[in-house]
Amino acid sequence: MISDTEISGSPSAGHKVVGVEGVCKGFGKGHNRLEVLKNVNLEALTGEILMLVGPSGCGKTTLLSVIAGTLRVEAGEVVVFGEPLHRMPPAALTRFRSNHIGFIFQQFNLIPTISAAENVAVPLLIQGLPASKAVARARDMLAHVGIGDRWKERPNKLSGGEQQRVAIARALVHEPPLVICDEPTAALDAHNGEIVLELFRNVARSPDRAVIIVTHDNRIFSYADRIARMDDGEIIEVTHQDHPSAPHFVHEREHLITHP
Amino acid sequence: MIGLALKMLFGESAKYLMLVAGLFFATFLIVQQASVFCGLLRWTTSTLKNVPAPIFVVEERVEQVNETNPMRDTDVSRVRSVASVRWAMPLYSGIQRVRLTDGSFKTVQLIGIDSSSLAGAPARMVEGSLEDLRLPNTVIIDELATERLSPDKTRRIKIGDQFEINDIEARVVGICKAMRSFTGGPYIWTTYDRALQYTPSSRKMLSAVIAAPVDGVSLEQAAADISHETGLRAYVNRSFGDNPGDFSTATIWWYVKNTGIPISFGTTVIIGFIVGVAIACQTFYAFVLDNLKHLGALKAMGMGNWRLSGMLMLQASTVGCIGFGLGLLGTTAFAVPAIHKTQPPFYMPWQVPVFTFFVIQLICILAALIGIVRLSFYEPAMVFRS
Repeated sequence: MISDTEISGSPSAGHKVVGVEGVCKGFGKGHNRLEVLKNVNLEALTGEILMLVGPSGCGKTTLLSVIAGTLRVEAGEVVVFGEPLHRMPPAALTRFRSNHIGFIFQQFNLIPTISAAENVAVPLLIQGLPASKAVARARDMLAHVGIGDRWKERPNKLSGGEQQRVAIARALVHEPPLVICDEPTAALDAHNGEIVLELFRNVARSPDRAVIIVTHDNRIFSYADRIARMDDGEIIEVTHQDHPSAPHFVHEREHLITHP
Repeated sequence: MIGLALKMLFGESAKYLMLVAGLFFATFLIVQQASVFCGLLRWTTSTLKNVPAPIFVVEERVEQVNETNPMRDTDVSRVRSVASVRWAMPLYSGIQRVRLTDGSFKTVQLIGIDSSSLAGAPARMVEGSLEDLRLPNTVIIDELATERLSPDKTRRIKIGDQFEINDIEARVVGICKAMRSFTGGPYIWTTYDRALQYTPSSRKMLSAVIAAPVDGVSLEQAAADISHETGLRAYVNRSFGDNPGDFSTATIWWYVKNTGIPISFGTTVIIGFIVGVAIACQTFYAFVLDNLKHLGALKAMGMGNWRLSGMLMLQASTVGCIGFGLGLLGTTAFAVPAIHKTQPPFYMPWQVPVFTFFVIQLICILAALIGIVRLSFYEPAMVFRS
């Protein structure tokens, strides 16, 4: 049951960049078949932070993968920036991801044998930028997220918070219009989680960019413009927050999520 | 992406070193064994190298140079009678026993050459004069003989020293350079007539006739003429190639087909290949598995399968080049003393390292392909599942 009526009234709402309609996705066959997404409908708009929340196994990550173009749907349509991902050939989909999407993973997924700047430069290298220019831009982006002086360090020399900042810089360095985040604070303590979220609010959010975050972490609900709550493969509620990051709202959201 | 691929490879130092070690070992086994094999086969043609004659005429059933079916002395004249032959001289070649001054015996390869022309004499003298071979009871020995025929290990045989061949005196008048024989014994040159004296007599004693063509006639043509007109078998004396009428080629192929030498060395070369495949494939696969989440992240971020495959190929090929280079260095460390001591036989034609390089690269491609197959089945969405 989708209650999406508040979207149009959102003060920060832009134009639709992600449209998911009637999407179904399952895994396995026969008796082992598991329906993970059941007729899911969702939209994401530019300028907003959209959070997908819900209990473990409800299909959040699968939906995120579908939107990111890393997983094919079995039914329904996934349109991102006007491109029908569900019909796109694999090679075109790969190119689309490199040009339009920034990724932030739960475990950061930084390559341990290269420096922070080289990690950040990876999306630019994938796009074909020469290494020297890519690393120079990566250093600028690291400075932007507050760890410009740590560009030479390898990931294992950085704290968890610093590693996630590197991951954020990597997701943003090629200026993608859509940023996909999978549990960005799950591997961080409270202090680092707060720093990272401030960074999200200040750096990732942009009038021309949509940010979709999958999270369990109710500390960060306050940073969302909209929250889509999932359960058992369906979106059961989409709510809009007028004043993202207001402390009192955090408590309301927590209450809403834990006591629907 | 090249830098990224190489940094990912070199950063995994344990697996990188394991890969290099495996490919080093494979290279060393393949190159070293193949080179010893080539060296050993080359030894089988040492008489052809040590007796520098353009054409060898032998009995019609002789298939390789170390086989001697004696001919009549008149066969020399028959060969000389062929119009395309400029000169033809008798040659004795046989294994004889030398008695040293302390009473012990050593086996030698005795070569008897024509005393007037000295055709078939050693090409490179170290000491003494070739002409002194015309003096009574004289021989020229190779450098190996100076060591082997000395009863006292602290002192080498020198010019003027004497020993006995079948109870007949032999006095050293020259020392030359020569390739070691397949049987391991040193070479001793004397005149043809004296070689017959040193050898227990039999009805036919001539081992071969060495000959040269007249100007303007090719070796092959002259050899064909000799065979046609005398019924003897005439071989040209060139280095190993694809001409079955070449004595070196015929000799080497005879040993390949009629002895267990290729099987023995071939088995070791195959073991080297298997060791390389086993270590490289297993270690590289483990390397890919360890990096799967990073490679998956690259895939999610928009790196295509072809580029990822290229990265893995580059990594495998780089390890292959390093392992191959170190393997060649290791083989060189083996080869230098072997060549210096002339034992064990070692001869590395350019084909051996080139062939081995491609074998090592093949191993690396196999290893990379296993990783590529694993990676191609890895859905980029998997990186979202912690």
